[in-house]
Amino acid sequence: MGKPSGFIDWDRRAPEKRPKSERLKDSREIELAVEPMEQSQQAGRCMDCGVPFCHQGCPLGNLIPDFNHAVYKGRWKDAWQALSLTNDFPEFTGRICPAPCEASCVLALNRDAVTIEALEKGIAERAFAEGWVQPRATAARSGKKVAVVGSGPGGLGAASRLNLLGHDVTVFERDDRPGGLLRYGIPDFKLERQVLERRLAVLEREGVRFRCGVDVGRAPTWTELKATHDAVVVAIGSRRPRELEVPGRELQGVVRALDYLEASNRAVATGEAPRVSAKNLQVVVLGGGDTGSDCLGTALRQGAASVTQVELLPAPPRARGATNPWPEWPMVMRTSTSHEEGGTRLFGRKTTALVGEGGRLAALESVGVRLDDARMVEVTGSAQRLPVDLLILAMGFVGPDASALTGQLGVTLDGRGNVKVDGRFATSVPGVWAVGDARKGASLVVWAIADGRDAAKAIDAALRG
Amino acid sequence: MSFPPRHGLYEPSTEHDACGTGFVAHLRGEKSRAIVEQALEVLHRMKHRGAAGADPETGDGAGILLQVPHRFFKREGQRLGLEMPRRRHYGVAQCFLPADEGARKACQSLLEAVVEEEGQRVLGWRDVPVDASAIGTVARTTLPVMRQLLIARRRVVPSAFERKLFVIRKVAENRIREKGLDPSGRFHVASCSAETIVYKGLLLPKQLVGFYPDLSDPDLVSAIAVVHSRFSTNTFPTWDLAQPFRYIAHNGEINTLQGNRNWMSSRRSLLQSAKFFGSLDRLQPFIVPGGSDSAQFDNMLELLVLGGRSLPHAMMMMIPEAWNVAQMDEQRRAFYRYSSSLMEPWDGPAAIVFTDGSLVGATLDRNGLRPARYVVTEDDRVILASESGVLDVPPAQVKKKGRLQPGRMFLVDTQEGRLLEDDEVKDEIARRWPYQKWLERNVSTFDELADVPAPPPLEGEALSRAQRAFGWTDEDLRLLLTPMADTGKEPVGSMGNDAPLAVLSDRAPSLFDYFHQLFAQVTNPPIDSLRESLVMSLGTSLGPDGNTFEETPEQCHQLTLPGPILTNAQLARVLGMKNQGLFEPRVLDTVYEPQGPHALERAVDRLCDLAVEAVDQGADVLVLSDRATGEKRAPMPALLALSAVHQRLVRDGIRRHTGLVMETAEAREVHHFAALIGYGAAAVNPWLALDSVQALSQSGLVQVDTETAEVNLVHAINEGLLKVMSKMGISTVQSYRGAQIFEAVGLSRALVDRHFAGTPSRVGGIGLDELDREAKERHARGFGVRRAAELDVPVVGGVYLWRREGERHAWNPGTLAALQDATRRDDARRFAEYEALADQESRELGTLRGLLDFELASRAPVPLTEVEPASVLAKRFATGAMSFGSISAEAHETLAIAMNRLGARSNSGEGGEEPRRFVPDENGDLRRSAIKQVASARFGVTCEYLVNADELQIKIAQGAKPGEGGQLPGHKVDDRIAKVRWSTPGVTLISPPPHHDIYSIEDLAQLIYDLQSVHPTARVSVKLVSEVGIGTIAAGVAKAGAGGVTVSGYEGGTGASPLSSIKHAGLPWELGLAEAQQVLVQNGLRDRVRLQVDGGLRTSRDVVTAALFGADEFGVATAALVSTGCVMLRKCHQNTCSTGIATQDPRLRKSFTGTPEQVVAFFLQLAEGVRRHLAALGYRSLDEAVGQVQRLVARTDVAHWKAKKIDLSGLLATPRGAEGTGLRCTTPQKKDVSDHLDHELIRRAAGPLSGGGPVTICLPVNNANRTVGAMLSGEVARRFGGTGLPDDSIRVQLRGTAGQGFGAFLAKGVTLELEGDANDSVGKGLSGGRLVLKPPVGARYAAEENVILGNVALYGATAGEAFFSGLAGERFAVRNSGATAVVEGVGDHGCEYMTGGVVVVLGPTGRNFAAGMSGGVAYVFDRQRKFKKLVNPEMVELESLVDESEIWLVYGLVESHLRHTNSALAKRILDNWEHLVGQFVKVMPTDFKRVLTARRATLRPPSARLAATGTTGGTDRG
Repeated sequence: MGKPSGFIDWDRRAPEKRPKSERLKDSREIELAVEPMEQSQQAGRCMDCGVPFCHQGCPLGNLIPDFNHAVYKGRWKDAWQALSLTNDFPEFTGRICPAPCEASCVLALNRDAVTIEALEKGIAERAFAEGWVQPRATAARSGKKVAVVGSGPGGLGAASRLNLLGHDVTVFERDDRPGGLLRYGIPDFKLERQVLERRLAVLEREGVRFRCGVDVGRAPTWTELKATHDAVVVAIGSRRPRELEVPGRELQGVVRALDYLEASNRAVATGEAPRVSAKNLQVVVLGGGDTGSDCLGTALRQGAASVTQVELLPAPPRARGATNPWPEWPMVMRTSTSHEEGGTRLFGRKTTALVGEGGRLAALESVGVRLDDARMVEVTGSAQRLPVDLLILAMGFVGPDASALTGQLGVTLDGRGNVKVDGRFATSVPGVWAVGDARKGASLVVWAIADGRDAAKAIDAALRG
Repeated sequence: MSFPPRHGLYEPSTEHDACGTGFVAHLRGEKSRAIVEQALEVLHRMKHRGAAGADPETGDGAGILLQVPHRFFKREGQRLGLEMPRRRHYGVAQCFLPADEGARKACQSLLEAVVEEEGQRVLGWRDVPVDASAIGTVARTTLPVMRQLLIARRRVVPSAFERKLFVIRKVAENRIREKGLDPSGRFHVASCSAETIVYKGLLLPKQLVGFYPDLSDPDLVSAIAVVHSRFSTNTFPTWDLAQPFRYIAHNGEINTLQGNRNWMSSRRSLLQSAKFFGSLDRLQPFIVPGGSDSAQFDNMLELLVLGGRSLPHAMMMMIPEAWNVAQMDEQRRAFYRYSSSLMEPWDGPAAIVFTDGSLVGATLDRNGLRPARYVVTEDDRVILASESGVLDVPPAQVKKKGRLQPGRMFLVDTQEGRLLEDDEVKDEIARRWPYQKWLERNVSTFDELADVPAPPPLEGEALSRAQRAFGWTDEDLRLLLTPMADTGKEPVGSMGNDAPLAVLSDRAPSLFDYFHQLFAQVTNPPIDSLRESLVMSLGTSLGPDGNTFEETPEQCHQLTLPGPILTNAQLARVLGMKNQGLFEPRVLDTVYEPQGPHALERAVDRLCDLAVEAVDQGADVLVLSDRATGEKRAPMPALLALSAVHQRLVRDGIRRHTGLVMETAEAREVHHFAALIGYGAAAVNPWLALDSVQALSQSGLVQVDTETAEVNLVHAINEGLLKVMSKMGISTVQSYRGAQIFEAVGLSRALVDRHFAGTPSRVGGIGLDELDREAKERHARGFGVRRAAELDVPVVGGVYLWRREGERHAWNPGTLAALQDATRRDDARRFAEYEALADQESRELGTLRGLLDFELASRAPVPLTEVEPASVLAKRFATGAMSFGSISAEAHETLAIAMNRLGARSNSGEGGEEPRRFVPDENGDLRRSAIKQVASARFGVTCEYLVNADELQIKIAQGAKPGEGGQLPGHKVDDRIAKVRWSTPGVTLISPPPHHDIYSIEDLAQLIYDLQSVHPTARVSVKLVSEVGIGTIAAGVAKAGAGGVTVSGYEGGTGASPLSSIKHAGLPWELGLAEAQQVLVQNGLRDRVRLQVDGGLRTSRDVVTAALFGADEFGVATAALVSTGCVMLRKCHQNTCSTGIATQDPRLRKSFTGTPEQVVAFFLQLAEGVRRHLAALGYRSLDEAVGQVQRLVARTDVAHWKAKKIDLSGLLATPRGAEGTGLRCTTPQKKDVSDHLDHELIRRAAGPLSGGGPVTICLPVNNANRTVGAMLSGEVARRFGGTGLPDDSIRVQLRGTAGQGFGAFLAKGVTLELEGDANDSVGKGLSGGRLVLKPPVGARYAAEENVILGNVALYGATAGEAFFSGLAGERFAVRNSGATAVVEGVGDHGCEYMTGGVVVVLGPTGRNFAAGMSGGVAYVFDRQRKFKKLVNPEMVELESLVDESEIWLVYGLVESHLRHTNSALAKRILDNWEHLVGQFVKVMPTDFKRVLTARRATLRPPSARLAATGTTGGTDRG
């Protein structure tokens, strides 16, 4: 319900951010905590719509009007309960979700959306601070053993729910620590490691087991894993990067975004110097998406001499086009916190070649392109040459690394190279399930969590017969 | 009885009556021909109150009741060779006999046999001569044979003879029915008495005398003659239902009939009387089912009278006045209180004339909603009738002119030769026995009971488990209980209901959800429970009932309850009575082990057995309780348990030995309580709701402390109950109890007949086993093995606000986004996507129509190009009625422009329209709404408004809240809205639940006449809401002369309405439309009315489905709004619509982005869809499709476990019409106004009408001249607009008694001066003209003591002046918003709902003065210092006249009154002004004063007061 006239009386106010100069010096979170009074007002802007599009827009189906109302009333614990009903990890989504809920908030139709994501984070932080986040009681143990392979958001989502539903869950992680993309794919300034650790600790106390450094497919093999578990959940993400197929790709100074981010994140975690650093380099990030943006912010923090982000597609419009109406996800120009911090953005440029000097990357040659009836057309006379020391390839991902899976278990992939599942997340091999990016391609963390949760329900139903 | 049998959706039990009635009597009992002839004249003069059906010569019924004319029968007896006994030593049975000779003879000989059996002697038969040559065809085809059986008295005392005759009639009737001797259903005994005789038939009033030559016989004399002219919505009028009946002639409606009848049969074993010569069983049923409500009323009255009570006494029992009020005499109150334990009121609007042959009288119900005027003459005649002026009495002959007041009685004792006024009659009856003492000794009150601790409240997990197990959701707590506990009021919502019917819901809805509340429309008015609360009563008591025939102290041994809702502590006290000797309560658990097949069925049967056992063992209070619910025991649906027990006890005839209390966790919203009480509970203890609000309060979710929360909850429920009752026109909870005013949807006939017998249920469906499954499902939510997979299923509800995991809604993110996108871009592909989504919602168990398929096989498709174009089809569309006020000017005008561009119709709603919109824009766009609505508040309904329309729509009810008034919250009433509504900015506007000029079907006919007079070329339509019986009402509306009927479904939207009304009142349009179509076709009335449907049409599939069901036109509101940007915020009532549609906040209105193009796109796309469907069906035009219901078939692919049980055969029945009967409208009829007096006025006023100088016109007038001045005013408004003509341009001087609606909508420049008197609705909608009423020259009576005009004068007047030299009736100046009036006395509810204008009352007022008055000022000359007690102080303050300018204002008005009427009273007051001025009391609305004060601050200081009064009052004197 909020306050009926809340949205008229109060403007949207996004959380304050630390000053650029300050935040560039460290890897700490950018947004500052919001005053409770302010949170209450922001939540009071919620109209408690008859048809809450936000609730539809949220992949998790978060009961957004319900928790907004509770925050407005200062009933934080109620808000927490409403939020945790649908969302196992609001402290993640409250930080790193692009917030489709806000895009579809009815206020966004002609005003500014409710700060749903900030409120979500506020509620989650309050819950941790107050000690409300305690291990939850699980259903009676079923005695069924479930292996979850991969500990990214999809794997964690499935593991969390399956455990609550009473199954014995082991999460296998190839890396040294669990978290998948959450740990090494997302910079600390967006999601501090401690937030992840805090959640992992809760999951462990609830009974989820983690086995890290285990590369399923090699040892154990998928077949072995399947033989020892009642269900295997494939949550291996979609980590195969899209390649840059131009001359010079082999030059030194060209790195993949995930390698770059992972190295940087490890360095932040250990305090050691990163394996790859942008310090004093002229950096080009190829790819205008979220990963590219994360690379940009990371490079700036490492002290790059310059950072240029190059996107193949032309610049999106500032406002929604007629064919992209509310409540659809708006295809508009977005400015991330990293963009605020510096760097240059180029749009509509297609890389034609990488030019090296002595095996080292020196420049990037590109040509301007434009869209002509959904086809990409080169603009004549628009060739450019950009000096570059470090080129980060952040052009997206094309699917999971599933060769072992298909080879050992015979799991079928779909046309796009993702693990093929039916409406209940079951792969072509009985007892094997797939969730998150592994089955749908690279997507949002929130989708992965939702997937994990929904899959858990389906798996539970199958296990219990 | 010869109604057609149940077919399709038609329910024979939905027949209604309404009529004109009256009597002429000689005060001293002198019999004469004159009395008979004058009564026939009265009848004739009320012919416009009756009706005819499709056959114009077949009336609905007319008749006359006389004293048995001895001289006549003596002569006739001699002629027939019969040996006639002395006067009163014989009785006459007026028999209607079957036309078939064999059947007739069988009936006759049976009658004779019964006479002999009862020890009386058959004298012989007399053929009643009839002349059927002039009667209608329908009447002739059903004509019975009329014969009189003369029965001589033998061996019984004269006083017992009437009873004997009654027994003879009852036994004969029963036996003829049992033996099937009368297959055609013609047999009927119109009267069987030694005192009175009835001549009646299926006739028009004018045909009566011609049909019965007896009535012209010089020997046929009487001192009493009661007449009646019938208007039945009743579509199948029959000979026997003509009136008068044996004791009464009734103008009105009994709303509680079902309950009254149930209670009577449930009393069976309690009824004992030695007076009826042996067992009463052979006389059963006392109340003959199948008769009209009036007929059944007569049955009951007869029984009471013959059982030993006097006629007035019996009337007081059946129609008690509002007695639970402080002003009432204590002894009389005790009488009523005592009587209430013997019999529940027969509640409903009623004017009843009654007679036993020596007493003749009349009474009105407590609301006084029917008119009754009387004249006493110098030569001792008493003439009473529904109208004044029905008999010409020279002024000098008039001794007194009066009217019956609400709840009052008027009696003529022809034996004593006296006229008895109300108090005298009633006090005598009330003092016959020491009722007060009897009550004191036998009635226990709650305070006498010992305090017993209540069970401790549930908390924490136990509480939430219980909530889940009883099917509660988060919404129940958040949206229902919390606001009720916080504010003591029912929560309000907006927009419509778009969730599935309960039988289509997969979320185990409560059994309550299968029941829909019914409501009053047209044939009887809803009551205003808010503003006229003095008639409402929640008083209830517990314990066994008495023997209705007896009057002894023990009969009232009962426990008075504090109300129908018991708190836990109160219930504990009731239970604490156990073994105390006073009452014996017994608790029966309504829980069962949810195991095995048919578990619920077995459990319910067992429960019923236990109940019978308990009653047999002497339990006189049964408490049905589901407190024992637990892990192993599931609760039965509370309504099922309650109704099953109630009906079982009724069937066993022992229901009256015990009171029923329901202790249930299930009840949590008003609808639940209404249903439980409506199915027989005396009281309900909602223990879990009470525990829950305690918990809410303790946790701080509810702001008030636990005690207040509990009080608030009970208060909110009580208020809600009053509203539900009043919707149906029922005033007391006592008569609502067991009245079963609900319709079930989707329950199997077997289940309904077994446990809810008497409830209409036209869409069959699930039975006990399905209910069992749902009960188990709910139980498992709380107590089931907590299945892991359910962990994250929040019980979100989603019933009111859409939620992904909640109940389904037709309007959801998918459909809303798709429609907006499609119309914004006018994209056909996207529109098709929208339709696919919406139709899919429908098919996936959203609506009844979703269960249907088009039958495509029987006709080949036609090429799309051959189907009529979209631009033609679009003309059939209308937008739903949305007022300017509920939505913004931007939105309102966008719709109007779009519809005008399409040649379709937008609907103004009830909020007036700014005159600037009557002129086209420069680009040719017209912002005028083609349909102008006339609703109960008459906001902005001026003459100018009416003439600027193509269609005038009388809104009887609204889909989202049928039976309730609308409400526009003060924050939406800005300056502009206030101006167009003639009200005060910032003041909340409330529309009364009823139209105060429509209390019956003949009143509706009158309003149609009024509107047609103002605008003779407009189509007048009537908007109804779907419910059982809508067919008969639609037929009545057609007979009343309307050219269109709109059937609204319950899915329709609203700007503000209680949530329980949105969800639970009314029915889907499919049912209403199909029933209306079926009944109209069956009556041959269909081709004269355009049938429009609205309330949830969303797609072209919906439109075509509706067409096949029989709709000619289609109203779409919500979808049209969505196409302009509405996203279903459901915030209309809060004025915070962020899309700028349903708001008046200028900051938000800026956000409105809708365009006429979007709306045009929507309707054209919709029409294109219709074309595609038509092509597939093989039709080239929509006309071909209308009414082709056989092209709709029930889907065969429905697999859903509940939906597949649904039986749609009634819905899909093909109407049985006569050969060649139209299935669609060919030419919409116009009300015949050719007889209008104004034709003459217009002719004579040609001068001023064409710009010439003033004229004065003199004419006589009589009561058949109705709505005088309205047609003339329409002309004025059409030619000169709202400003009209200069004062007195057309001066009309009339003499006589004017018919109803005198001076309606009178335009400025027209003056009507009437010497004589007038009937109801004088000056309704007065639009600037002047009205003067004064007694005729030569009158001897004092004007100020006699009634000169009827009820509801100046209803909805917006401007003008009125001077009435005499007394006015009830509801004087109701909803006046600008007229200035002076009158010499008014009845109850004066100045009700007034929002502007000035009223000066120079004499007495009735009760409830100024109820709901939010603007304007009244000045009351309070000579007797009584006024303070009569004012409803809720919204007004009383002040004395001190301000100099104000004193001069009043003085000036009294002076004008004197000048215009020559009033003696005015003269006296002016002569003694200095002494008397202090006796004037000023009635000032509190809100109005606040606003005026605030404005005054911004105005120039001097003369501000008058200026302010002037602007809002609109008077032209200033």
